[in-house]
Amino acid sequence: MHEMSIAHGLVDAVADAAVARGGIRVTRVKVRIGAVSGVVAEALAFAYDVATDGTVLAGSILEIERVPLTLSCGACGESCCDDKTPQFVCPRCGDPAVVVQGRELDLVETEIDEPAAVPAGSAA
Amino acid sequence: MTARIVELRQGLQKKNDQLAAELRRDLKARGVYAVNLVSSPGTGKTELLRATLAELMGRGHRVAALVGDLETDNDARRLATSGAPVRQILTHGMCHLDAEMIRNHLDGFDLDGIEYLFIENVGNLVCPASYDLAEDCRVVLLSVTEGEDKPLKYPTIFNSADAAVITKVDLAAAVEFDAALARHNIHAIRPGIPILETSAKRGIGMEAWYQLLESRLVKER
Repeated sequence: MHEMSIAHGLVDAVADAAVARGGIRVTRVKVRIGAVSGVVAEALAFAYDVATDGTVLAGSILEIERVPLTLSCGACGESCCDDKTPQFVCPRCGDPAVVVQGRELDLVETEIDEPAAVPAGSAA
Repeated sequence: MTARIVELRQGLQKKNDQLAAELRRDLKARGVYAVNLVSSPGTGKTELLRATLAELMGRGHRVAALVGDLETDNDARRLATSGAPVRQILTHGMCHLDAEMIRNHLDGFDLDGIEYLFIENVGNLVCPASYDLAEDCRVVLLSVTEGEDKPLKYPTIFNSADAAVITKVDLAAAVEFDAALARHNIHAIRPGIPILETSAKRGIGMEAWYQLLESRLVKER
């Protein structure tokens, strides 16, 4: 259950970014989780609710974009993916396959509330 | 009140990854080769490491070890019988080691005098996969009693390994272990990595393991 550690790190990073930009409340956080990232989306969602409690992220929505595993064969170029039984060899020629996507563990963006009286940067 | 979207575009493990990168630079500059041992609980990490520390010291190498457990310093005491400097990292319930724990526990070690730093991770095939500990080589262990399909069940950690060690091969016949199938499964998840078959207790297959470690150290320099 290292998702709790990851959730605490996520809360710290987002809170710092929000406060640095004058945000007073975080309403949404978007992350990208790959199929072979080692993080279980459901466990992260559960940990998020606990980790955000009492912070500027309290009550915010965690949006998780799941990235399926996609492999590409280094030899024949065959592209394949099978999340259920990942095999890291090409199903066609048996050569080692390269992970194109599926290892993602990314913080993408956050939505923050800021006081209307203080325009952020430009008036445009 | 106005809402605003802020792009962040950073890794969720940014803090650990930054610490690991700093630590890796430091270890490399001092000529330390770091090995991270990962496996299920009970696979035999401590026994393999105990024998390895003693043997490498006998060959004139300077070694040190950090060992992670939730509680007790039993493993550190067991490893210290080799004569190598050993530190126990107590995680108090945490399921993995992270780069910060490694850095903090290296404080006071004379790193300039060390060639091999072994890190015995917490017994767990899930969480340690997500934490870079600044190692040069991640070694995943699989004992014959665990079954040949472990790599297929835990693909993330096997896919992150640089070498695999099949342990307790002296028990292979008793549990009808199919070594060819285990090798096939490891290579299905991590094609091409070296696979060693050992029994640290009986001294079987250990020479190949020592040679792998020694060849890596030479390559690193």
